[in-house]
Amino acid sequence: MKTKNIWAWLILIIGLVYFFLPLLATFNFSLKMIKDQYTFEAYRVAFTDAQFYQNFGFSFFWALLTIVFSLLLVVPTAYWVHWRTQKARPWVEFVTLMPFVVPAVVLVFGMSSLYGGGLKLFGAPILVLTGTPIPLVAGYVILSLPYMYRAVDTGLRAIDVRTLTEAALSLGASWRVILLNIIFPNLRTAILSGVFLTFAIVMGEFTFASLLYWPAFGPYMEEIGAMRAYTPQALAVVSFLLTWASIGLMQWVGRGAGQEQLAGAH
Amino acid sequence: MGITNEKLTAQSKGDAPMARPPSKRASSSIVNWLPLAPFFLFASMFLFLPSISIFIGSFESVDGGFTFDNIIALFTVRDFINAYKTSLTISAITASGGAVFGFLLAYAVVLGGLPKGLRTFMTTFSGVASNFAGVPLAFAFIATMGNNGLVTRWLESAFGFDIHAGGFTIYSVTGLSIVYMYFQFPLMVLIMAPALDGLRREWSEACANLGGTSWHYWRYVAFPILIPSLLGTTILLFGNAFGAYATAYAFSGSFINLVPILIGAQMQGDVLFNPGLGNALALGMVFIMSISMVGYISLQRRAARWLQ
Repeated sequence: MKTKNIWAWLILIIGLVYFFLPLLATFNFSLKMIKDQYTFEAYRVAFTDAQFYQNFGFSFFWALLTIVFSLLLVVPTAYWVHWRTQKARPWVEFVTLMPFVVPAVVLVFGMSSLYGGGLKLFGAPILVLTGTPIPLVAGYVILSLPYMYRAVDTGLRAIDVRTLTEAALSLGASWRVILLNIIFPNLRTAILSGVFLTFAIVMGEFTFASLLYWPAFGPYMEEIGAMRAYTPQALAVVSFLLTWASIGLMQWVGRGAGQEQLAGAH
Repeated sequence: MGITNEKLTAQSKGDAPMARPPSKRASSSIVNWLPLAPFFLFASMFLFLPSISIFIGSFESVDGGFTFDNIIALFTVRDFINAYKTSLTISAITASGGAVFGFLLAYAVVLGGLPKGLRTFMTTFSGVASNFAGVPLAFAFIATMGNNGLVTRWLESAFGFDIHAGGFTIYSVTGLSIVYMYFQFPLMVLIMAPALDGLRREWSEACANLGGTSWHYWRYVAFPILIPSLLGTTILLFGNAFGAYATAYAFSGSFINLVPILIGAQMQGDVLFNPGLGNALALGMVFIMSISMVGYISLQRRAARWLQ
């Protein structure tokens, strides 16, 4: 028993070193902008750049749009699958797994050629979406779909959708009331964890924003990385704290709810 | 998209003016599926149609005619073969490495007799680490083992050991593999921890009662039960690394010839001078990901039998 314990500790320590060494190194690096001194100079530089706020703001805006559309799309669908159309479950689940099969870089490639004039009817392009943020936000909704759906689905499993809905219907409630006043509050925890994870994914996302040429925090960080030393590491620390906050909040609201989450966009 | 729309309107039109009350089944199936229409419409527009466009584009020559040349190029052009080789190698290395180490770590925190708080901490941290990828992860590892990195400097000052002496650079397949591992093994921990929880105490007790040792228990009971989720998750890790673009791009630019990097370069400046080749490269990725996903799902089904 004792030896087993030692092995467990050893593996744990290796794991912790792997986890924390890069974070420590990044933080350490970000403090060394002025030679032979530990200062927050890199952070000052990072935070005085107007571009930082602009791009961060854009990412925040994309994240909000993604969350709103994702919820509008996922919650009614998952609810309906639970209540009425259980036969649709395999189909819906198939769709929510598809983003694992089609990598972001492939999806953005397909979207930009399709909606950049590639979708033709009788030789004339129909539905040109380049120049609008629709492909970007739609792509983010797709990227977060597996996590959002899974979160909402887990939440719906935990409540008796049928009884709640039928009780509400027999008391004369409208659909708006059922969805907003009955289902939504019961799913609050599940929805919040989906929201935080989506937020974490979109805030740092690079592939879509960069290849569709939209301003966002991810491409901004990459640009700074190519131009400067030290500031990129300060931004990495900020980004890590953001991820930590979103995931931490997510696990905090979802504690005990049996939520599990998988990785985001790399 | 046009087709889906027509279908929908045809259905809703057909629903209203029927003279005879429709049979319960027919009407309920339309009513039951209609609310799912926005979801499937959205998925067709932004998931299926782009995929179909890639499929069609793979068989299109530069002047728009039909050709197999793009697909043939995947197997004959050296750059493409190398890109697939490198991508597959990195994915296989980090998937198996992540799986082994992630499993050991999950085992340590779930069954290793460590304080309970450590497990919660480790799962939270794994959640964060598996999501901490892309550009900031690349920066973190540049600060760790880049030319001026903490570990590089420390090895030099403490041991006089120059990691670049043997011609090694972190901007290589090995270096990128180390970076990918950072989001790979936490994912394994996240998935394996609940699976290890599913091993019931009764099973090991039954094994012990029958005179089995701990080795017997793992060889004949626990491992066979865990193997589908182990393999399944390894496949998931494989796909996770295979599709990664942001991390590789921010870490090494286009130094390392990976399939996603090639596709990205093609999008940014038509470097292949033929959109069909870009489509074919993308199609190859989807093909490999599909195979791994089918493997993952079927193994997951087997695993679910035991982990109720």
